[in-house]
Amino acid sequence: MPKIAAHLRGRSWLVVKFLAAPVFAGLLFAATHAAAAEVVQIAYIDPLSGPFASTGQLGEEHLRFAIDRVNAAEAAGPGRRFELVAMDNEVNPEKSLTLLRKAIDGGIHYITQGNGSSVAFALSDAVAKNNRRDPTHAVVYLNYAAVDPGLTNGKCNWWHFRFDADSDMKMKALASYLVGRADIHKVYIFNPDYSFGQSVEKAAIAMIGNQRPDLTIVGAERVPLGKVTDFTPYIAKMRAVGADAVVTGNWGADLTLLVKAAADTGFNATFFTYYLGARETVQAVGMAGKGDAQISEWHENVDAPAIDKMAAAFNAKYHENFYYWRVVDMIDTLAAAMKEAGSTDPLKVSRVLSGMKFSTPLGAEEIRADNHQLLQPMYISVLAPDMPHMFPGVPLGFKTIKRFDAEATRLPTTCSLKAPD
Amino acid sequence: MEGLLLVLLNGLVYGLLLFMLSSGLTLIVGMMGVLNFAHASFYMLGAYFAYTISVGLGFWPALIIAPLLVGGLGALVERYGLRAVHRHGKLAELLFTVGLAFVIGEIVPLIWGRPAVPYRVPAVLDFPAFALGGINYQAYRLFMMGVSVAIFAGLYAALARTRLGLVIRAALTHPEMVGMLGHNVPRVFTLVFGAGCALAGLAGVIGGNVFTTSPGMAEALGAIVFAVVIMGGLGSIPGALLASLAIGFIQTASVTLDTPLGVLLGRLGMAVDPHGALAEITIARAAPAVPYLLLVLVLVVHPRGLMGARAD
Repeated sequence: MPKIAAHLRGRSWLVVKFLAAPVFAGLLFAATHAAAAEVVQIAYIDPLSGPFASTGQLGEEHLRFAIDRVNAAEAAGPGRRFELVAMDNEVNPEKSLTLLRKAIDGGIHYITQGNGSSVAFALSDAVAKNNRRDPTHAVVYLNYAAVDPGLTNGKCNWWHFRFDADSDMKMKALASYLVGRADIHKVYIFNPDYSFGQSVEKAAIAMIGNQRPDLTIVGAERVPLGKVTDFTPYIAKMRAVGADAVVTGNWGADLTLLVKAAADTGFNATFFTYYLGARETVQAVGMAGKGDAQISEWHENVDAPAIDKMAAAFNAKYHENFYYWRVVDMIDTLAAAMKEAGSTDPLKVSRVLSGMKFSTPLGAEEIRADNHQLLQPMYISVLAPDMPHMFPGVPLGFKTIKRFDAEATRLPTTCSLKAPD
Repeated sequence: MEGLLLVLLNGLVYGLLLFMLSSGLTLIVGMMGVLNFAHASFYMLGAYFAYTISVGLGFWPALIIAPLLVGGLGALVERYGLRAVHRHGKLAELLFTVGLAFVIGEIVPLIWGRPAVPYRVPAVLDFPAFALGGINYQAYRLFMMGVSVAIFAGLYAALARTRLGLVIRAALTHPEMVGMLGHNVPRVFTLVFGAGCALAGLAGVIGGNVFTTSPGMAEALGAIVFAVVIMGGLGSIPGALLASLAIGFIQTASVTLDTPLGVLLGRLGMAVDPHGALAEITIARAAPAVPYLLLVLVLVVHPRGLMGARAD
């Protein structure tokens, strides 16, 4: 099929060359425009039902927004359009593999996913196998949020590109802030019980333990994803060991319920989080969230007018706070790579992406050639009052405490990728 | 000592919440023999209705109006849906409620959106009533416990002590006879189903703001509610209370135990590989699975549940 399509496209271009008479110009413009329009489908495999549906929907809205921008600017090359194909995986690895198969059978060469590293491992592995066996149906996997370090270390592969900092990179930044806080002495580590949570726990113990004589880790615990309704007993446990800080990789509904239980019970430890920035989470914790920290690649109060404009446009269209700057960054980068490659061929595009250096409104960025991890500036921010941008109903907004240059987030990797033949 | 008290208190709070959630379901199972899979969906509707009403009128009107709306909706579903499939047997009824759960699960995000809505605890009850071991207990939680106890007392009294209760119970076992005596049996069933849904709605009104009101809330609680009802014995209201409290206490207690499962099994005399997975997983990490473990144990020992009378 792709061959035939290319053939037809070639012919219509020939027609244009030979018959470019002014009389037919208008007619031909319409015809060539239709014929030259090349649609690149991107399959979005993430939860659109179940407990994490709202997280998945937020991702979908950001992708649609990013794709509309690229299409309007023809950023992927003249006549080249992106189109999103949303697929609901219920954060289930097996279901995701079925959907991947469906996407491949449907002729899709680009997939994106972000929620759940367990899903990400399954997809990354399946994509690598598929591309080895069937290069004509090769797939590039754009990961916008699954941050298990294993994906760009032990289990790395050429076709997986990650546009979010991995959990070790984030923990390095969070830990440097936490260790520097002289008022914090007892840290409780609390995570979802799957590969990502285990990575966060391991990194937190390695990077926070033994850093300061008066700083100890008083507990480490993992809970199943999306299964706990009342976190009060866990809060009671943290309180019992005297924790004054909680480091957590929990996200979505789990994080919302956790910080809400802390607020309701008057447990006032500082939360050091990966994903505090979701509107529903901040609204649930309310003023009790003041001082809680997150690590992210952007937040609403970062001084970047270009992204502010995007955020406003996003808000106007979807009535939701702009959250995933990195999704826009990812789609922009994919478009730029396609333009540079002059092709939508997955191998050609992936060769451009590998080692690509570019700049964004936030600073210089680079996709590492050795493990396909994006290096981007990172921000530690805390919820503070009187900020220019605050959450609806809660007079708190994120305030930058520390900025890290892209290069400062680089960590050693066990991976060294080479392009397939 | 303080730790034990905390566990008991948290267990009581959680157990009473579970009872509130499952009371309507157990009523419907007990009095109609229908396992209503859409129960958690009615719970979700209660929370969303309450949110919408509370935006305009405040929490207290919502506390009354939302359960009535959900109950009315339930009655309509019984009258025009369930009754039509009733003659096709139990399986058809079950499948109907499963379908209904999907329909409600899709309609809710269409109306209110996917992200959680900011449904808040009313300001008058949003203060710490007392503290134990540094953990504040919100006055609203006490209110929630009070409502749950009131539901139990009300249901128990209504079924055991009133004429209506007598008719309902008779309609279950001897529908023809009750009909002959001049009672409108189908209407009794509509009433029971509506009341069960209203209870689910009430649980939604009260639980929706303690936890979160989002389209995922039905799914998150659906499984545990069934565990309670089955463990308590299908249709037994005291059984549901007992099962709720047992799950509440045991789950809360297991959260506090950091002993590996392997050690526990070892003490029970089972041989466990000291380097295997069981030696590493703590009881706390297995806590969310405890209700289901308990359910299986109860069913093995007593297949009809703790206080179950019905065999079907």
